[in-house]
Amino acid sequence: MTMSETTLVAAVLVLGVGTFAFRYAGPALRDRVTLPPRVERLLGVSTVVLLAALVATATMLDGGEFDSVARPAGVVVGAVLAWRRAPFVVVVLAAAGTAAVLRLLGLP
Amino acid sequence: MRSIYRTLRADRALARDIALVCVADAVVGLSFGAIAVGEGLPVWAPMLLSVVVFAGAAQFMFVGLVASGGNPVAAVLAGLLVNVRHVVFGFTVGDVVGRGWQRLAGSHVMVDESVAFALAQPAGQRRRAAYWGCGVALFVCWNVGVLAGASIGTVVSDPAALGLDAAFPAVLLALVLPALRDRTTALAAGTGVAIALATAPFLQAGLPVLLALAGVVVALARPGSTSRPEEVTA
Repeated sequence: MTMSETTLVAAVLVLGVGTFAFRYAGPALRDRVTLPPRVERLLGVSTVVLLAALVATATMLDGGEFDSVARPAGVVVGAVLAWRRAPFVVVVLAAAGTAAVLRLLGLP
Repeated sequence: MRSIYRTLRADRALARDIALVCVADAVVGLSFGAIAVGEGLPVWAPMLLSVVVFAGAAQFMFVGLVASGGNPVAAVLAGLLVNVRHVVFGFTVGDVVGRGWQRLAGSHVMVDESVAFALAQPAGQRRRAAYWGCGVALFVCWNVGVLAGASIGTVVSDPAALGLDAAFPAVLLALVLPALRDRTTALAAGTGVAIALATAPFLQAGLPVLLALAGVVVALARPGSTSRPEEVTA
């Protein structure tokens, strides 16, 4: 690392303030405008779409590369269990366990 | 706040699910702290990041860029890009975030997991309890994990060996799945996922997820799809 500690503190704080502004914007703006139900619904769908896209990218890629077999396999096992309405704890532990076992067997 | 505590005491299953996610995230935090220090950052840096930014993906991105000698402005912008999605989250969970001083804290604990836990609950007291319970508990666990990892190092140098990299997507997936049983939402999400995966190898992290929002256009285009808001409450 080459940057000075002052620069590092400043960078962290700017990232923190910016992130907070993003988080605060929604609740604050919601107060000022009354959204029609149609827009409310679209925002709800948007959040689900964002989370689904996060799931997909976090499952398939690491740093812009398709790098793993064990992780997608684990998530697929979790997804099947979740679809069959298995308890949340079972879904998460099965996903992690599958990935861990496959890695133990030497898969990336 | 007391009513949130009471709701979580009464809903043991919800409290247990949140606790599981906290344990998993604490271990990831442990490795984040250890990796950051291992890459040459001062011990306080991962701790400060975890308190003031409190967003795992952006923190890993920031540390990676800074440690490799990257420009600080580029590192900040890359982190911000990863975090823009919170603007949309805020509109959706705005009703449970609170007002005044409460809103300051409530906004800060807005993370993927707390938003997903909130969405999986019916609107009202249970949604509020899920959001705050998950958000506050995660803030504590994440920071304790990072503190431990940064200061004493960790035996878990690679959370992937425990399959924890599969746990994060599985957590979010399990929580959004009920909403995906609505066909319009599923169509929008499927389109968004396709866009994100197709563009992810070529674009800066954060952008593919934002581009996925184009999938919402599908929801708009489907006739009559936006006139039945009760469908999405599942």
